[in-house]
Amino acid sequence: MSFLGKLSIDAIPFHEPILVFTMGAIAIGGIALFALITKYKKWGVLWTEWITSVDHKRLGIMYILLALVMLFRGFSDAIMMRSQLALATSGAPGYLPPEHYDQIFTAHGVIMIIFMAMPFMVGLMNIILPLQIGARDVAFPFLNNLSFWLTASGAILINMSLIFGEFAKTGWVAYPPLSELTFSPGVGVDYYIWALQISGLGTLLTSVNFLVTVLKMRAPGMTLMKMPIFTWTCTWANILIAASFPILTAVLTMLTLDRYLGFHFFTNDGGGNAMMYINLFWAWGHPEVYILVLPAFGIFSEIISTFTSKRLFGYTSMVYASGAISILGFIVWLHHFFTMGSSANVNAFFGMMTMVIAVPTGVKLFNWLFTIYRGRLRITVPVLWTLGFMVTFTVGGMTGVLLAIPGADYVLHNSLFLIAHFHNTIIGGAVFGYLAGFSFWFPKAMGFKLNERWGKGAFWCWIIGFFVAFMPLYVLGFLGMTRRLNHTNNPDWNIWLYIAMVGAVIIMFGIICQVIQLYVSFRDREALDDKTGDPWNGHTLEWATSSPPQSYNFAEIPHIDDIDAWTDMKEKGQVYQTQASYEPIHMPKNTTAGVFMGITLTAFCFAMIWHIWWLAIVGLVGGIAVFIQRCYSKYVDFYVQPQEILATEKAHNLSASKGINA
Amino acid sequence: MSTVSAQIDTKAVSHEHHDASGDTIFGFWLYLMTDCLLFASFFATYAVLFMNTAGGVSGKDIFELDFVAVETAALLISSITFGFAMIAAQGQKKGWTLNWLLITFCLGASFIAMELYEFTHLIEHGNGPQGSAFLSSFFALVGLHGLHVTAGLIWMTVMMIEVARRGLGNATVTRLSCLSLFWHFLDIIWICVFTVVYLMGAM
Repeated sequence: MSFLGKLSIDAIPFHEPILVFTMGAIAIGGIALFALITKYKKWGVLWTEWITSVDHKRLGIMYILLALVMLFRGFSDAIMMRSQLALATSGAPGYLPPEHYDQIFTAHGVIMIIFMAMPFMVGLMNIILPLQIGARDVAFPFLNNLSFWLTASGAILINMSLIFGEFAKTGWVAYPPLSELTFSPGVGVDYYIWALQISGLGTLLTSVNFLVTVLKMRAPGMTLMKMPIFTWTCTWANILIAASFPILTAVLTMLTLDRYLGFHFFTNDGGGNAMMYINLFWAWGHPEVYILVLPAFGIFSEIISTFTSKRLFGYTSMVYASGAISILGFIVWLHHFFTMGSSANVNAFFGMMTMVIAVPTGVKLFNWLFTIYRGRLRITVPVLWTLGFMVTFTVGGMTGVLLAIPGADYVLHNSLFLIAHFHNTIIGGAVFGYLAGFSFWFPKAMGFKLNERWGKGAFWCWIIGFFVAFMPLYVLGFLGMTRRLNHTNNPDWNIWLYIAMVGAVIIMFGIICQVIQLYVSFRDREALDDKTGDPWNGHTLEWATSSPPQSYNFAEIPHIDDIDAWTDMKEKGQVYQTQASYEPIHMPKNTTAGVFMGITLTAFCFAMIWHIWWLAIVGLVGGIAVFIQRCYSKYVDFYVQPQEILATEKAHNLSASKGINA
Repeated sequence: MSTVSAQIDTKAVSHEHHDASGDTIFGFWLYLMTDCLLFASFFATYAVLFMNTAGGVSGKDIFELDFVAVETAALLISSITFGFAMIAAQGQKKGWTLNWLLITFCLGASFIAMELYEFTHLIEHGNGPQGSAFLSSFFALVGLHGLHVTAGLIWMTVMMIEVARRGLGNATVTRLSCLSLFWHFLDIIWICVFTVVYLMGAM
């Protein structure tokens, strides 16, 4: 075995023009970024205030940055697939050969779910959840930083596969026996395994961290049934993460043992059972979709209640509906493979359980409608996303109920009807939710509002583009087109493939609008400045802080008497008052351990992918050593002194009073 | 603590400084529950695959219950001795804490040594994990538990150094409590392994 294991110069795909172009673009972008940071002397700030930060708000912003970058990557994959399918009709080969195209659809799925949606959701939760419960940080701030770097490591690994070697050609689910060594001898599946393992570990630690935070660190008076609804839905999502991600870890470990050590879990020979993988994968995978969508439901609830200036209708039923969805989410996994051929009774059970989920989801939808009823809904960008969601997600939910009928599923299984269905729910539910939350909480995190006009443009492009891109896929599903086709030869399908391509381009304009929106908002940040910290007349505690919030969040932890705690405080006139003196605040110090563990463990995973055993040992031992060293560091916290708190609070309250008068 | 914090009266802020050791233990317990699900997935896989012997050996042919009984005894007794270590730690008896931890370590190490012997013995006789789906799931389940015990032994070594050098402060006792939870948890898992894999397999 050579020094670099299986890695050699041949692993770099110089023969693929598209990849060489991508590598060039990444290199130029990277050099430009490096030069800019050096020119403005920002390396120090970047290191001390962001990379090593344990502040949940900054970590949240970094998560969302990661998600946006991955959105671009995932969307590039999407538009390549759509254009390939629009070109490769009537027997034409298109421009993407199968071995490249297969990597693209795998990467698109993995990136959009694991590295776009998850970091986006975790990022919003990081920024908002501790603020909503009146906490100064999360329970384990270092662990929070580590979680981020583990997630980032996974994202780095998956993007390294562009340059070194290849990515999996198996689809994002990596079903065996295709993903076994016999049929996928390259490093693609190994990239998949290790990228998911390391980011999965980060996600699991996040869930433990936030569960302890929510259960132990709520402000006095905030009982569980007085928690803001977004916090509640995130908590359900965290319970789902804690209960489902270990299954993913287990099933990926088994696949690793099969591939690396010749075990026979899922192989065709030796008594292996590939369906065991598929069962375990979806026992994680189905709860995963609720992990993505539940926090989005929370975001919509906050937005609808804020912009109608009303209390959320049916708060209690909302909490229980989320709980019911969480529990039901664990007993429907088999609907992903009705065609496995379980008995009719088993299929009927899972079919019915799946349909039952529509009930608590329906409860939520009616709660939102009743909240709007007789309210004065202000049509802002977050509200547009919410209304768009209510329409889109309802369509997606109903096609889901259609697919839940085992008999119908035998016809539609793995067709484009399914693709249309889950994009309908994930884009219409989760992504619209995160984008709504992004525009809703942007002023809180960054201190200035986003430009409304470009935001509205982005919304209309996204929603129109979505329907133009995905409704044809329902039709194509009925016409018999299956998923993951590289080229087609059926004239009946062509027109629908062309329309879908147009839809993808419209969505691209939506994304361009969002980039322009960020630029314009940053340029006009003085005019869009959020002085009060409460730009929307909000209901919950995050709006009690300045924008962006003080590092310690709350100078004095408030006492909570109501679900809409901030509204309650405003009504009682207990806001924007500077006290004569403050007590010192105990805060965690920044740490380099998280990023160093991220680096060492990335090296470990990369070495495992390429069989560079010495580096694997160095990386793993290094990671553990950094962790132990961190455990024995004595300088992990400090006190914010009263004088500093007083100055900060005075400045905020002065700015807030100006904002109110203006 | 930095010099700055010396200025402040720690009593005055104690009510804001929530009970961190309780949070740590609770957080660790939650992590253990996720670990439990990891084991559950491997148990489920074993339950599905244990009859898939691909014409090779089954549990009846390879399990030696007497040997495993001794192994089990070593691990169960190590749980008791860890309990004694915790009682000593709570009573601030540094010497006894270290002694009981050392005894626990030796018992845990003998468990691992016996397991490694069992594994090498099986592999030498051509019954390695590559033999069949049954052997794969057996090696993975028992090996996963063994890896956990090994991690526990490394952790215990670090803790013994910590107790020896720093004594039994709050942070140290909290860490010992987490390790204690971990160790007893592995014991419970082993009881399931012993029952489901060895007893039911050899019957």
